Amino acid sequence: MEIVVCLKQIPARDAVLGLNAAADWIEEDDLSPEMNEPDSYALEEALRLKEKHGGRVTALTAGLAEAASGLREALAKGADRAVLIEDASFRRTDPLVTARALAAVIAREPFDLVLTGLQSDDAGYGQVGVVLAELLDVPHAAIVVEVEAGDGELTVKQELEAGWFQKVRMPLPALLTIQSGINKVRYATLMGIKKARSKPLERLTPAELGVGLDPAQRIEKLYPPSRAKQTQMLAGSPKEQAEALLEKLRQEARVL
Amino acid sequence: MSVLVVVERASGAVLPVSLEAIAAGRHAADALGCELRAVALGGEAPGDVAAKPVDEVVHLEHSLLTSYTADGYTAALSTAIAELRPSLVLFPHTYQVRDYGPKLAARLGRPFLSDAIALRVEDGRLVLVRQMFQGKLRADVVAVGDGVCFASMQTGAFSADGLADGEPKPIRKLEVELTAEQIRVTPLERFRETAGDVDLSAAERIVSVGRGIQDPDNIPLIEELAKALGAEVAASRPICDNGWMPLERQVGSSGQTVAPKLYLALGISGAIQHVVGMKGSKTIVAVNKDASAPIFEIADYGIVGDLFDVVPVLIEALKE
Repeated sequence: MEIVVCLKQIPARDAVLGLNAAADWIEEDDLSPEMNEPDSYALEEALRLKEKHGGRVTALTAGLAEAASGLREALAKGADRAVLIEDASFRRTDPLVTARALAAVIAREPFDLVLTGLQSDDAGYGQVGVVLAELLDVPHAAIVVEVEAGDGELTVKQELEAGWFQKVRMPLPALLTIQSGINKVRYATLMGIKKARSKPLERLTPAELGVGLDPAQRIEKLYPPSRAKQTQMLAGSPKEQAEALLEKLRQEARVL
Repeated sequence: MSVLVVVERASGAVLPVSLEAIAAGRHAADALGCELRAVALGGEAPGDVAAKPVDEVVHLEHSLLTSYTADGYTAALSTAIAELRPSLVLFPHTYQVRDYGPKLAARLGRPFLSDAIALRVEDGRLVLVRQMFQGKLRADVVAVGDGVCFASMQTGAFSADGLADGEPKPIRKLEVELTAEQIRVTPLERFRETAGDVDLSAAERIVSVGRGIQDPDNIPLIEELAKALGAEVAASRPICDNGWMPLERQVGSSGQTVAPKLYLALGISGAIQHVVGMKGSKTIVAVNKDASAPIFEIADYGIVGDLFDVVPVLIEALKE
C-alpha cells in the first residue's frame, strides 16, 4: 500500500500567544512547534496499515522550514520518506491553498491512500483533508474512527453526532481524515531516530510545484474573546478558594 | 444576490441546528437586503421548512439523494448553486457538513468559512467570527475575491427561538442530474454504540475532567470529589480517547450534551467541542492553571490554580 500522511506543525498547546503589531496574526517568534495532535493519530494509522499490508509511508507537510522537525519525528517512528513544501505563508494561509500545495506533491506519483488528521488544533478549519480529496478526485470519508483495508477497497467507521456511527465502503485510491483516539500513538525509539537520519527528506517550494499562494479567505483581525458571563474569580490560598467556592455554591448559586 | 441555507434533516424533520442556520441566514439576508432561500436534499418535500421565514424553499430531488453521500450532495448542490446563484451559502456546522462542505467549496474554488460563532454584515461585506487556537483567540474572517462564499455556523451561534411559523412558502422542485457511477462511497449501517447505563443528561451535578488530570492514576481523586458532591463524573474528549474514562462519560459534540445545575470543569481548557456539550449548565465552575483558558469565559466561578491543590481541600471542606 502506497500511503501518504499529511502532517502539520503547530504552536505548542500550552504556548502563551501574543498578537502581532497588525493584530491580524499571532507573534510567531519564540514559539516551539509540535505535531498537530490529530495528525499524530493519522501518522500512527498509516504506520499500522503499512505494517499489516506492506508498502510505504510518505510523510508530507506544507509549512515553515522548522516544520522539518515534525517530518523527522515521522521518519523516526517508521515513515519511509518525507516531503516538505516550504513557505513562510503556510502557517496562516487558508485550507484551499494548503490543499493545493499538498495535492501537487501527492499527484506526482500513484498512491493508494491519503490520511490527514480531522483538523488542526491551531486554525481548526477542518477542511484540508476533504478539499484534498476533491482536488485529487478520490472518494473520502471524514472523521474516521476505524479503518479496515480489503482488496482494492476500504471499509471505515465514521463518527457522527451524539454517539452515532456510520460505516461506509469505498474503492482505493481514497482519502480519510482521522479522528483523535483511533489508536494508541507510538513513541519513536532510539533505533528509529538513528535510522531516520538516512531516510530521504525532500524540500520543495510552491514555485517549483507551480502552486499559487493567493488565499480565498483572510483573517482581518485576531483578538482575545470577551467573557460571555461575569465570572467571579476566587482568589487566595487553595483552602481559601475551596471554602469561598463552597460558600458561593451553597448561598449564591444554591446548587449544593 | 441571495442567501441560501442548506438544511439538514433527520427522519424527515428539520434539525434544530438547521433552524439556527435559517435564523443566521435571515439575519444575513436582511442586512444584505436580499432574498433568503432554504434548500433540502432528497427525501420528502421539506414541508416544515416552508413555514419558516424564508422567501422560497428549494427541494433537490433524486433517488440517489435518499441516503447522504459526499459525492451526491456535492454534485447536487453544485447544480443548485449554478441555478440559484447565491452570494452566500450557509450550513449548520454538523458532522455531515464537515464531510462534504469543504469539497463543495473546493469544487467551485471558493472559500468555506467553517465553524463560525457569529456573522455580521459591515458596509455590505460579510464578516464571520471563528474561534482559533483552541478558543484562546477569535478571528474576524472575510472571503477574498468575487463569487459565492460558504460558511457554517456553530451550534448555538444564532437562536431559532424568534423564527415564527407563517404562511407556508412555495416549494420549488429542482431536478438534478446524477448517475450511480458518480457516487463512489457506499453508505452501510448507521448505528449507536451501547451507551451503557450512564445518562449524564439526567445528572443534577457533574464533575468533569480534562487534560489537567495528567495521569489515569489521578481519576480516583475526581471520583472522590464527585461522591462528596453527589455528582456524576464526566470527561472531555482527550481523556476518553486515552481510555482513562469510558466513552459514555464524554461530554461534548461527539459525546453527551448535559445541562446540570452544577458543572465543575477541572483542568478543562474549554475547546468549542467540549463547550457545546455543557454550556447550558446552570452554574459552571472552572478550575484551571491557565488564566487565559477559554473555559473561564463561560464560567460563573473561576479558580486559577492547580486542580491537585484545590480538589483535596475541596473534598476535605465538603466532609466537614
